[in-house]
This record gives sequence, C-alpha cells and structure tokens, in this order.
Amino acid sequence: MSRGLRLLPIILLIWILGTFAWRLIQPDDPTIRSQLVNREVPEFALPAVLPNTAGLKSTDLATGKPRLLNLFASWCVPCIGEAPVLDELRKRGVAIDGIAIRDNNGAVGAFLNRHGNPYERIGSDPTSRTQLALGSSGVPETFIIDGKGVIRLQHVGAIERSDLPRIMAELEKVR
Amino acid sequence: MIAEAGLAALWLAAALSLLGLFLSVLHVRGTLEADRPVRALAIVQGAMCLFAFSMLLLVFARTDLSVALVVENSHSEKPFLYKVAGAWGNHEGSMLLWVMVLGLSGAALATFSRQLSSRTLIAALGAQAALALGFHAFLLGASNPFARLNPAAPEGRGLNPLLQDPGLAFHPPTLYLGYVGLSVAFSLAVGAMLAGDVDRRLARAMRPWVLGAWIFLTLGITAGSYWAYYELGWGGWWFWDPVENASLMPWLAATALLHSVAVLAARNALKAWTMMLAVIAFSMSMVGTFLVRSGILTSVHAFAVDPTRGAFLLLLLGIYVSAAFALFAVRAGSLREGAPFEPVSREAGIVVNNLLLTVILGIVFIGTLYPLFVEALSGEKLSVGAPYFNAVAGPLAILLGILLAVGPLLSWRREGRPILRKLALPALFAATALVIAFLAIPQASPLSKFGLALAAGLIPASLVPLIGRNPLRTPLATWGMAIAHMGAAVSVAGMAADSAFTTERLTAVKLGETVSVGPWLVAFQGISPVAGPNWTAVEAELHASRGGGVSVLRPQTRFFTSPPTETNEAAIDTFLNGQLYTVIGRSDEEGRWQLRLWWKPLVTLIWLGGGLIGFGGLLAFAGHARRSWRKRLAQ
Repeated sequence: MSRGLRLLPIILLIWILGTFAWRLIQPDDPTIRSQLVNREVPEFALPAVLPNTAGLKSTDLATGKPRLLNLFASWCVPCIGEAPVLDELRKRGVAIDGIAIRDNNGAVGAFLNRHGNPYERIGSDPTSRTQLALGSSGVPETFIIDGKGVIRLQHVGAIERSDLPRIMAELEKVR
Repeated sequence: MIAEAGLAALWLAAALSLLGLFLSVLHVRGTLEADRPVRALAIVQGAMCLFAFSMLLLVFARTDLSVALVVENSHSEKPFLYKVAGAWGNHEGSMLLWVMVLGLSGAALATFSRQLSSRTLIAALGAQAALALGFHAFLLGASNPFARLNPAAPEGRGLNPLLQDPGLAFHPPTLYLGYVGLSVAFSLAVGAMLAGDVDRRLARAMRPWVLGAWIFLTLGITAGSYWAYYELGWGGWWFWDPVENASLMPWLAATALLHSVAVLAARNALKAWTMMLAVIAFSMSMVGTFLVRSGILTSVHAFAVDPTRGAFLLLLLGIYVSAAFALFAVRAGSLREGAPFEPVSREAGIVVNNLLLTVILGIVFIGTLYPLFVEALSGEKLSVGAPYFNAVAGPLAILLGILLAVGPLLSWRREGRPILRKLALPALFAATALVIAFLAIPQASPLSKFGLALAAGLIPASLVPLIGRNPLRTPLATWGMAIAHMGAAVSVAGMAADSAFTTERLTAVKLGETVSVGPWLVAFQGISPVAGPNWTAVEAELHASRGGGVSVLRPQTRFFTSPPTETNEAAIDTFLNGQLYTVIGRSDEEGRWQLRLWWKPLVTLIWLGGGLIGFGGLLAFAGHARRSWRKRLAQ
C-alpha cells in the first residue's frame, strides 16, 4: 500500500471532524422563515372573536400606516410573556392586529382579560389555514406590515423587551 | 447513599482504567512485566461499572426523586418496566450503560482471550482502558447520572410517551451491545498493530466479538425498524433518518469486517484491510453516537441533544480515530500480506463483498452528512431523502445479493469445480420471477421487481451449500451462514413485496361507513374513550373482512398528560400473507374521523428475515465457541 493511500483515511477524517466542529460552533438556526417577506399579505377574512372587537380581513392591513400583525393563542405559554411587551408597543402608538390560532372565543376573552388586550382587531383562525398562508409555523409570531399591506419583517417567537428597539426602528423605516 | 455509591464506583473505575493504561504501556514497551496486574485491573474495572449501573437501576426502580435524572425521566405512576427502562432512556443513563458494557467487554477480553500473545493482549487491554478513560471523563465531567436535586422534587416529569414502549425499552441496549462489541475489535486491531502481531490468532480472537456485535446490531436494527413501523403510525419501515443511518453504518462496516476476519482466520490474508475495517467499524459506532447526541443533524427522533456534550464526544472521536488511523498509516506498510489467491475464489468473493459493502457504507455516510458538508461550503440548506438512498444504494444491494448466492459456493484459494451447475436451479427461479414481475405488476418500480426476482433465486441458493452434506456432521457455522444468508433473502423479499404490492387508503369516515383497501372491506363500527395507566385515548372499532371471518382492530389516539403529548397507536392485524395496518386520526366538525388504512402483503418477511440473520449469526457463534472449547480441552 502506497504512503499516500495510507494517509488518505486520516486526511478524510480531519476534513469530516472539521465539518462537525464547524456545525457545533455554529448551530443550525431552526426557525422557519416565511417566503412572504417583502410580498403582499395573502387574501383572508377572519370572523371576530370578541363581541366588541372587529374581525380581521387582509384589506384591513393596507391603511397607509405600518402595523403589527401578531399571531397568538390562549393556550400558548410564551404568549403570556409577550403580552406586556405588546402592551408597551401599543402605548408607544403602534397599531396591532391579532389572529387567534386554533382557539375558542371564550378562552381568548379570558386570556385577554387576564393579560391585557393590545389589539385593534382580532380574527379567529380555528384551522390554522390563514397561519399557514402567512408562512407561519407557530405561535407567537409577529409580522411588520407596511402601509401598502406588504410584509416587511417576520419575528418568530415572543417579542422580548430587548427586541423593542429593532421593532421600532423597522416600523420607522417603513413609515 | 445509593446514588453516592454508584458515583464512587464510577470514579474508582476511572482511576483503575488510568492505572491499567499506564501499566499496559510499560508492559508493551518492555520496561515492566505487568501481564497479570493489567488483566486483573480490567476485570475489577468492569465490575465497578456494573455496580454503578446497578445503583442507577435501583434509584430508578425506587423512583428516588432526590436524583435529578430520575425527576427528569420518570414518574411515580409509570409502569414498573418503564421506570427501569427510564434508567437508560435518556442521555446520562445510556452513557452509563455504554461505559458499563465497555468495562465488561474489557473484563471479558482479559478473561477469555488467552490465545493471544501477551504483548498483543495487554496492548489491546491498554487500548480498551484508553477508550474507557475517555468515556468515564465524559460521564463524570459532562453528564453525571447521579447528580442530586436539593430539595427533592414532589413528582417526576415522566418519559417521552413515544419512547414508552417495550420495543424501545430494549432497543437501545441491544444496539449498544453491538456498538461496544465493535470497540473490542477496535482495541484488538490497535493492540495487534502496536505489537506487530496481525495474524490468524488475532483473527480468531477478534471473530467472536465481531460476530457478537454484529448479531446485536442486526437484532437492534430489526427491532428498531419494527418499532418505528408500528409506533410512529406512518406505515413505513425505514426512513433513512440520520438516527437510523447511525445504526446502519456500523452494521455495514461490521458485516464487511465479519467476512474479512473470516479470510484472515482461514487464510492469513487481507491483513491491512481487516485492520482498517476494524477501525472504521468502531469509528462508525462513535460517529453514530455523536450524530444522535450532538443534534448537528435534524432528525425525527432527536433526543438528548446538547452541543457541549457534542463537543466532548467529537473530541473523543477525534482522539481515538485519528490515533488509530495514524497507527494504521505507520504500520500498514509492514503488514505482510499472507497467502495469495486467484481471481475466482472465496477470498476474491469476499473482497468484492467487502468493496460493495464499503461503497454502500460510503453512500449512506455521504447521504447522511451531505447537507452538512454543502452548508459548510456554500451556506445552502438542503436535505437528502429516500429517493437518493434507494436509487444509489439499491442497485448495489442487488449486486451484493447476487454475490450472496455465488460466494458461499466458491472454495478457498482457487475455484476448480464448476459452480454454475449448482446455481442453475436458483437462477431459473430468479429469471421466472423476474418475467412474472414484469408481466403481472407493471406499476411496481424496477428496483422492487429485481428485488422480488433476487429473493426468489436467493432463498433456494442459500440452501445449496448444505446440499450433499450430512446435516448432523455439517459444522454449526456453515448452518449459521446458510440461515443468515437465507434471512437476507427473506428480508429482501419482504422489502420488495412491500414496495410493489402495498395499497393505501386515506379517508374520512362516519360511524357505520365501510371503506375498502386491497382485498379488505373495513367497517367503522364504533368510537369510545379508554384509559390506560398514564394516558387517556379515543379508540376506534374497525371490523375488517375479506370473504369469510371478521377481524376486529382497535387503533387509538392516545393523550399523555406528563408531558402533554398525543400519539397514534396503530392497530395491526397480521395474517399469513400480510398485515392490515390501521391508524385513526382526528375528527372534523361533521363527525367524520380520519382513517388511514394500508394492506401490506408479505411485509412481515422484512423482520422475519432480520430475525433469521440474527439466528444464523447465533448458530455460527455457538459453532465457533464449541470448536475453540474442544481445542482447549484437547490441549
């Protein structure tokens, strides 16, 4: 067996180990990004959840002013953590609409009574059909939508207080 | 105290393996005669590991909620079997199991492998101690199974309900026995290369370990495949998932090694190649463990994922495998190849077998890691699925199958007898089956048609080596080989039949409705709630009939509370000619229930074949053991 051939396994091994080490240092980002960023919101019309709050249609999102679209559910634990941050955003003058995912109306009412209601309109999406159309894979998720109804940013997971400057800057940019 | 006793035993075992490594280095360098102390240390170290693992079983059996691992993986109301299985159904426990098997293997090596030269054996024990030391460091440094929780928890968090299944309780230990058995082959190869003693004696000492590891891997993979088939509820038996591939790769390497070690034992040939395979086989076990534990690949069953632990395992992998390959690079040149052989001979057949198996191993390895390599180079994300593996590995597997018919008929060194006559009948069977397949099932894939034809020829061909022999005087190892080869043929038949003949039906049915699948009429007769020890479920009642007789199937959707999870329990009815596989899904607003039905003709042959392969291996093992026992008595 020639010398070069005998060293081949060890060269291959170093390459493989190098790749493994690279992935360990740089773990995979498991978030699923929507294909719809920088495209128009797909058409939908969702019924109201609460008697005194309107339902949500895709046309409601193109009002000339940027707004947030927040997907949430009463059964979603991280949504509880996100509630005060959404409230803070509302106090800063951000318009927020909500979509309740796979939820029932009574539970949504109770959830909003307990954790605060930052939403101008709330649509109900009991089968996740609209959620899937938006390219969202879980709750909570938040989209920034500009005045023309085009999705500008997708935020996967709960919005933390540390995310506020980025969200505000993004809203300022699309104003 | 129980947990502390276990922990103390682990530290002691680690210290003993360090001492054993040190003494064996002195012995191999010739500065100190340490044969007996090294062997004694290996035995005591194994006993300490066994003790530590028994302590872990005990804290799990008693549901000691002051031990963090118990709290995370058990629950006081869990069935007893799963309480015990919970001990190894998690990262820390399974690593302790690994270390225990490693320690016991070292002890067995020290006890039974006396036929080796003292230098080779002690060098191998040193290599085994080095392996043990690394895994002890991993266990004690990064995943202590005995860590206490203060204050104790009021209740445990349970076990992933997907894993709460008798099949899975015994599946990981079986695979581990296989993985770790290969560690002994690795240590023996390293020891022999260090001592410069690669010969037939080494092959005879290595063979039972390879054979044993291979039997456990075969049974583990077979059981894992059946578990996935009936527990995951998707009706498939192999997914080419990274975790499955992680167990298939060492099996492929072990299969190749098993055959090349036979050549080394019988003919003193293929020395460098056998050493190489021994190193690769254990490397594949470690790569497999690393892939499952580090989470660097996305998998449907990613348990116990942790990058820190991944880094530790990668370090161990890097040290051991690169040291072994470096040793190989230095020593391979000095391994004089033994007896020569002709291009048509059993040796040559085994060389081709080894090449095919190694190429398939390469295909699986590349397919499993390709997404990772591509992303490292270009940042692009992609995934490799069943189409690649089937298209690339399938034809090679068919070639391997043809060789399976021819190889055992060849004689050592040089083939003088005409073997074509012996193969005439099997070849006729295969050709007839191929013609029938092309005429009768045009819709089936070419691969499954060739698979069916191959099986039709291979089942009789595997019996040819037994023809003309006195069954009582035929060595058990020959029986084992014939049965294992027949098992492979039976499995191929099952796989090909499953892909060629399965019919599937996905519908939504109301109570009282009847749907058909294959030859069956399935009536949806009832739906009712049922409760188990730690779950509640909705259970459907299905009455299936074809001609006479009705079988009742009760598929369930189960809800576990701790942690909250939903699983589908398929109901499967097995008949002589196939399985009826039913899964109940969700209900919609109009009161219809999702129902998935499969009629899978001959699918059970897949696992029956796996069992036969394992049984054949067991017979061969018994045959070799009896022979060496007789030799020892005669001396």
